Amino acid sequence: MTPRVLLPGLLALAILLALTLGALAVVAARGVEAGAITLPDWRALSFTLRQAFLSAALSVLLAVPLARALARRRFRGRDLLTTLLGAPFLLPVIVAILGVIAVWGRSGWASDALLALGLPRLDIYGMPGVLIAHVFFNLPLAARLILQGFSDLPPERWRVAAQLGAEGWSLFRLVEWPAIRASAPGAFALVFLVCATSFAVALALGGGPRATTLELAIYEAASYEFDLGRAAKLAGLQFAVCALAALLAFAAAAPVAASPGALTLVERWDGRGRGARAMDGAVIALVCLFLGLPMLAVVLRGVGGLDDLGPQVWAATGRSLIVAAVAVAATLALSLALAALIVALQTRGSRTAARLADLAGLLPIAASPFVVGIAFIIVLRPVADPFALALPLTAIVNAAMATPFALRILIPAIRLAHDEHGRLADSLGLRGATRLRVLYWPRVRAPLGFAAGLSGALAIGDLGVIALFSTPNEPTLPLLMHLLAGSRQVEAAHGAALVLIALSFGVFWLFDRLGRGREGA
Amino acid sequence: MRHSLAAAAFAALLPFAAQADDKPTLTVYTYDSFVSEWGPGPKVEEAFEAVCDCDLDLVAAGDGAALLGRVRLEGARSDADVVLGLDANLVAMARETGLFAPHGQDLPESAVPGGWADDTFVPYDWGYFAFVYDTTRTETPPASFEDLLNAPKDVTIVIQDPRTSTPGLGLLLWVKHVYGDEAPSVWERLEPRIVTVTKGWWEAYSAFLEGEATMALSYTTSPAYHVIAEDDDTKRAAAFEEGHYMQIEVAGKLAGSDVPDLADRFLAFIAKEDFQTIIPTTNWMYPAYPAGDLPEAFGDLVEPADSLIFAPEDTPAVRKAALAEWLDVLSR
Repeated sequence: MTPRVLLPGLLALAILLALTLGALAVVAARGVEAGAITLPDWRALSFTLRQAFLSAALSVLLAVPLARALARRRFRGRDLLTTLLGAPFLLPVIVAILGVIAVWGRSGWASDALLALGLPRLDIYGMPGVLIAHVFFNLPLAARLILQGFSDLPPERWRVAAQLGAEGWSLFRLVEWPAIRASAPGAFALVFLVCATSFAVALALGGGPRATTLELAIYEAASYEFDLGRAAKLAGLQFAVCALAALLAFAAAAPVAASPGALTLVERWDGRGRGARAMDGAVIALVCLFLGLPMLAVVLRGVGGLDDLGPQVWAATGRSLIVAAVAVAATLALSLALAALIVALQTRGSRTAARLADLAGLLPIAASPFVVGIAFIIVLRPVADPFALALPLTAIVNAAMATPFALRILIPAIRLAHDEHGRLADSLGLRGATRLRVLYWPRVRAPLGFAAGLSGALAIGDLGVIALFSTPNEPTLPLLMHLLAGSRQVEAAHGAALVLIALSFGVFWLFDRLGRGREGA
Repeated sequence: MRHSLAAAAFAALLPFAAQADDKPTLTVYTYDSFVSEWGPGPKVEEAFEAVCDCDLDLVAAGDGAALLGRVRLEGARSDADVVLGLDANLVAMARETGLFAPHGQDLPESAVPGGWADDTFVPYDWGYFAFVYDTTRTETPPASFEDLLNAPKDVTIVIQDPRTSTPGLGLLLWVKHVYGDEAPSVWERLEPRIVTVTKGWWEAYSAFLEGEATMALSYTTSPAYHVIAEDDDTKRAAAFEEGHYMQIEVAGKLAGSDVPDLADRFLAFIAKEDFQTIIPTTNWMYPAYPAGDLPEAFGDLVEPADSLIFAPEDTPAVRKAALAEWLDVLSR
């Protein structure tokens, strides 16, 4: 193995370890006296587990009929719909929260409709609101994973089933159920993991101490009470929960499911009866309403709010772009260096070492961004003003959080390039920069663009550690939206939401397009 | 080429810190409603800048109690020179942080009932906490905490989080003052009526105005706002027989301020009539120093039978115990 691969890879590894385990150690060292787990800690743990379980269960249960309907129906807009199912992954959380409140809140559309029928208004604060928002985000993700499961079935199986005249229940049992069983546990674990670290949703829709996730409790301990001991203790709990869920998720899931584009269609002969068609139609229509109405509400109110956008929105936009740019650069640097190391270890070195490096790359999934943030504050305060560095620090935390996803995208691409053309390149004596340009660049370019787009969109929409770092008069765009909504400047918040949507999808589109080059143009 | 263009675009978006002139800037962390266009902020800024030859930068940094968390997090490196918006209940905790410094100013005698003498924190207004209701929706409001606890189920309230908001903390201590060891069971009975617990006062009050709850925790002086600013006499404070908990809002200078003299002058300015006359009709509280006659609408407000408050030195312990009880009940 050349030092050119080894050194950057080890450096990236060290940085990730420092940002995750190192940060936890720094914070824990400040709060060793923290001691026993108290009742509120248990409650936060219990709520975290309950809501993550329910969110994952609901998302997957609803995703199965949706994926099934999408797999066997052909209709105009089907491709668009399956593509749009990839969109919530890129949608900033705070935007979705505004949309959910506009539809399901006490003065939302659903409450207005109930009121017109003489029924009381809805009250979603607490568990119901958290679940609605989480299902809004994760139902599409779960549906795509299960749809992938259906697509992965060999086409012959459908043909054989049709020839045998298998319909309805027997078809479900023989063909569909195995596909669901192969994909649903992974989807469940992935959704559980995403929801177990939920912060912004619980902050905005929790409605009080009842609905406190561990992540929210960590933020509260640090920012309300400046109780680093409690923050460290909660972070330890969170780490354990997430490490467990992450192991389950990555053991069971195919995490490329967030990739955009329509999935391949398989010819099917079942589900042509009137009942099946009506049910599929109803499922698709209901899901479209559930996912579409909040988006529609954000857009409609956002257009009305565009007039209310002041200079503060544009300043916040600038800050968010800086965060995204730094985060993309750092994500690519970290994940490329680490992916190259992992592939080199897989192909030339020890498989155990490769697996350990791979595992280290997943660590950020179990880490709390707030703990990383607090560790930065503790370490930097003696030498510099951490709050003056709010934007770069936020970007670095975001980069660490995006790295596991980027690694899942880059490792297979680099591995494939190596496996398919590595020998040829060796025999031609391609080395150094030429090897990079000729062998890897054409094959890694598109996944690289996709990873950059993903990390950029995630960073631009992130409402997390910035809440800790931001000096109050210099928020990023998502934080500004949260502040506007909190001070009931709802119109301005919705206007800013439109800007944020445009930025987040724009950044993704730009990088993805750059990655695909002429082929994508 | 494309990359350098992108770099140039990002550079153009970077905020330039250069000042147009060399006037010193006094940075004051305060709460949202203080800096809003209808709050005291704009008038205070105009009045102080007329005499200080400085820029007064009022920064909304969360509700009162969150301000203390913020400066503790930022520590000695905080940009803030003055924090305005803590209250008497937080003074002892704020002093313990060691982040605040005495103002060294010779201030006139305060008009706060019961008096106020402190070398570090300057009171700028005071008032009584109360639940505010709408006469068009509620004919007979509860006349006591007991009434509220026994009221029909559809009498709902919005309150603030005592960890982030001084009114939220005020209610916590009000209940503790009235009920002592019985406070947890009172919270258990109140809990079903709480529509939501907000981070700040304005979020709760506007939820009440939009009809999301029967009453919001606010001040006996809040109705004066509706009478004077909106010519609307339908908002009233419910007078509670047990008495009303008092709030004294204060400002203090941070020891790490880079313009300590300017910060001291600002604290002295707070006690002057120029500042105090702004308070009643913008912050809708009673002035903490003499400010001439109050507007007529202030004459019709609820006068509490009893004015309740814990001694500042007792509040850290009382707060800690009461907060643990509150969290225990409300996180179930």
